[in-house]
Amino acid sequence: MSASDNMIPAPAVRSRPLIVRHLPYFIGAAALVTLAAGMRFDGYVLNILLQATTFSIAVFGLSVVLGLCGQINLAQAAFFGFGAYAVGLGTADLHLNFWLCLAGACAITLVAGAFLGMSTLRLGGHYLAMVTISFQQIVTLVMINAIGLTHGPDGVANIRRPELFQSSQSYLAFCVAMLAIVGYIVWHLPDTKLGRAMRAVRDNELAAGVNGIDVFRTKIYAFGICALLGGLAGGLFAGGFAYVSPDQFSFAESIVFLTMSLLGGVASPIGSVIGTGLLILIPEWLRFLKSVPGLYLAIYGLFVILIIRFMPDGIWGFVADAFTRWRAQTKAPPAAAVLQLKPATTGGDIVLEVTGLSKHFGGLKAVDDVDIAVKRGSVHALIGPNGSGKTTTLNVLSGLYKATSGRIVLDGTDITSMAPHQRTAAGLGRTFQNIRLFRSMTALENVEIGAERPGNTMVGKGDDALTERAMEALTFVGLGNRANELISSFSYGHQRLIEIARALASNPTLLLLDEPAAGLNSTEKLELHELLKRIAAQGLTILIIDHDMTLVSEAAQHITVLNFGRRIADGESMAVLRHPDVVSAYLGSE
Amino acid sequence: MDLVLQLLFTGIGIGAVYALVALGFVLIFRATNVVNFAQGEFSMVAAYLMVVFSVDLGWPYWLSFLIALAGMALFGVIFNLGVYYPLRNRTYLPVIIATIGASILLSNSVLAIYGPQPQVLQGWFDTPGIQLGPVYLDSQYLLIIAVTILLVLFNFWFFEKTLLGKKLQATSQDKEMASLLGISVSTMIMITFIYSAVLGGLAGILVAPVLFVSIQMGSTIALKAFAATIIGGFGDVAGAIVGGLALGVIETFGAAYVSVPYKDGFAFLVLIAFLVFRPQGIFGERVAEKA
Repeated sequence: MSASDNMIPAPAVRSRPLIVRHLPYFIGAAALVTLAAGMRFDGYVLNILLQATTFSIAVFGLSVVLGLCGQINLAQAAFFGFGAYAVGLGTADLHLNFWLCLAGACAITLVAGAFLGMSTLRLGGHYLAMVTISFQQIVTLVMINAIGLTHGPDGVANIRRPELFQSSQSYLAFCVAMLAIVGYIVWHLPDTKLGRAMRAVRDNELAAGVNGIDVFRTKIYAFGICALLGGLAGGLFAGGFAYVSPDQFSFAESIVFLTMSLLGGVASPIGSVIGTGLLILIPEWLRFLKSVPGLYLAIYGLFVILIIRFMPDGIWGFVADAFTRWRAQTKAPPAAAVLQLKPATTGGDIVLEVTGLSKHFGGLKAVDDVDIAVKRGSVHALIGPNGSGKTTTLNVLSGLYKATSGRIVLDGTDITSMAPHQRTAAGLGRTFQNIRLFRSMTALENVEIGAERPGNTMVGKGDDALTERAMEALTFVGLGNRANELISSFSYGHQRLIEIARALASNPTLLLLDEPAAGLNSTEKLELHELLKRIAAQGLTILIIDHDMTLVSEAAQHITVLNFGRRIADGESMAVLRHPDVVSAYLGSE
Repeated sequence: MDLVLQLLFTGIGIGAVYALVALGFVLIFRATNVVNFAQGEFSMVAAYLMVVFSVDLGWPYWLSFLIALAGMALFGVIFNLGVYYPLRNRTYLPVIIATIGASILLSNSVLAIYGPQPQVLQGWFDTPGIQLGPVYLDSQYLLIIAVTILLVLFNFWFFEKTLLGKKLQATSQDKEMASLLGISVSTMIMITFIYSAVLGGLAGILVAPVLFVSIQMGSTIALKAFAATIIGGFGDVAGAIVGGLALGVIETFGAAYVSVPYKDGFAFLVLIAFLVFRPQGIFGERVAEKA
């Protein structure tokens, strides 16, 4: 049966071009800009609008770094200040062109953000929180003390605006236009390759790594973008108010930005605008709070605790959630073609050649001098009693652990010293014993991330091709009709299938399955067995770890047995299972 | 040479304060796997409690001291119930954001009550200090160093030799297993917060006569203490102590020989240097995530 017989005529996934679908946004934005330029405001309202507009852009940055990528930045006011001082000092002291200064502001903050990120993002989130606070303190110290450069506590006055937007009204219109453009980019970011990578990193760093995402670099991009938006916003702010001073960019302001982001909803630019608008307007209405120093910031602090506790997704998150649930029910996923697996065949007859592999934890030899040779197109099983080193072996193979010694060659490429995402790019696909899916995403999005593997030849250019490939993989495991549901609504067994689909979509050269039958009931095990047969029928090589002897003996042609970290038997399935050492390892000897 | 010895003494004195706060950080981190960003505010609140009782109400110093520490124990309970406990089953990010919120709430509440003017708190002793050869030993610094040594010994005895300490250790290492063994995990976490609040409070009261009692003292100390935990090796008790002392000395010498206005910046530079070149710290705590 050829593939074409199975083709179900698939309607195009996205019928209208992007620009047409997003036209309402641009019409709305244009209307807002016209309104900002044409309506008569008094100076007070104008200032508030200008502040809200520029602050919103800075808060967009937080929605990228915190909402999309799950990393914290407590120095957004410092980056905002960088931008403000770049434009301020540039136009007032050095008499440079405004546009040049604004571009400089963006460049400086991007570099500063990326550098700060590089020093810390490899480590956990606590480090990042503390380092960004430290950075914030340093920037404030410099602004106040480096008087020769920054004018110290006096601040910078006489900041100029561009020739084109001299009047406050036209400058506001310009800022609103910038807000609309940046907002569009941030709004669209989650559906781009980078955005998906950020969400994957946020949901599960480990799984992101083994699905071909460079976790560290993704975080740096997110951090850099956040800093850049802070700098851009600061530059616009300086132009708008013509005067800046260090106290406007203190740690307290960073907390205000954070509160704005959390209140509105950290995951979306719409939330950013809502949060910023509210937190600029509310203090204006409650001006009496400002008469007692500290009181209104104390209330902000209380707000942060209460929002985190009772409304973790913010105002917009709450609204959007209800909307998404309503939409998910109405939108049926399109049908898909049959999944094609074309594993690469650059190497020889042996797809995976492991020689002398060892992994020691201190004195414990979890894996000790193990050789494995997986033949192309075969199903190879790695078995052994509990604690025999199977999962450690798999973790060393996929790069989560570094091998103590030994060599791993995948399809002719030595992958021994590669990072997890590089091994994935080289053609390794894997699933986890304890399922690691991206839990805030739909099944389809999860599989799309798999399909996005660098070097995947089976997926064409563009988002549509990606979605198509992901749909094929989901249909292959029998879950195509539920593609748009969130991971949390799937049963344990189905989540396992989604993990397999995610690996299959990447068209791997070798598929590593870590105890795929664990926790499945007998019907699900039968389905899994069928699925493995269909995968093997397409010529994909599988290395499977499992306890289920029925599954292993029926599915695998070749078995390697580990015990106490050492290989005790290796060969054709039936012969290995009758091997006396294997029998005694499992059942004990007399 | 005399100046070097004098700076060394001052550096160790101030470093001991960082070490005490860092110890509080580490204990809470080991019990809950989150960093408490309001740890510095524990010190600040305790110092203000001292000002209330000892200065405003004019109570005896030792009585004010005991009441302030008792107040900190209560404060630890409230903090745990209000900030950490409701979020205990969420990921670390919401928890640290909540502790940051708490830090802002605490420092600004005190600001709203007391105003921005720094308060002055007397030292424990009437004698300001003793001259020992070329070095002048400030009595408050001597007290700080002595208390730190005692607390480190107590800490060792408590965690290694007592059943409660062992239960706390078991909780920090494996919560599920500890609860299966009949240890009440929430009680252990409560005790950790109380102990940590008292420890932070003690540091705040001890350092208050040396610095001023101000709103910023909490965040400044916390920043240094956190840098100290990274320098020593994150999550390591000995590392927190050594890191704190090292940082105090580096900072004091930096202020004397390089620049006074940027004194608070040295901690940050040392922190960045360690993060880049030796993120596991002096004592080599593993920071990599387990697969």
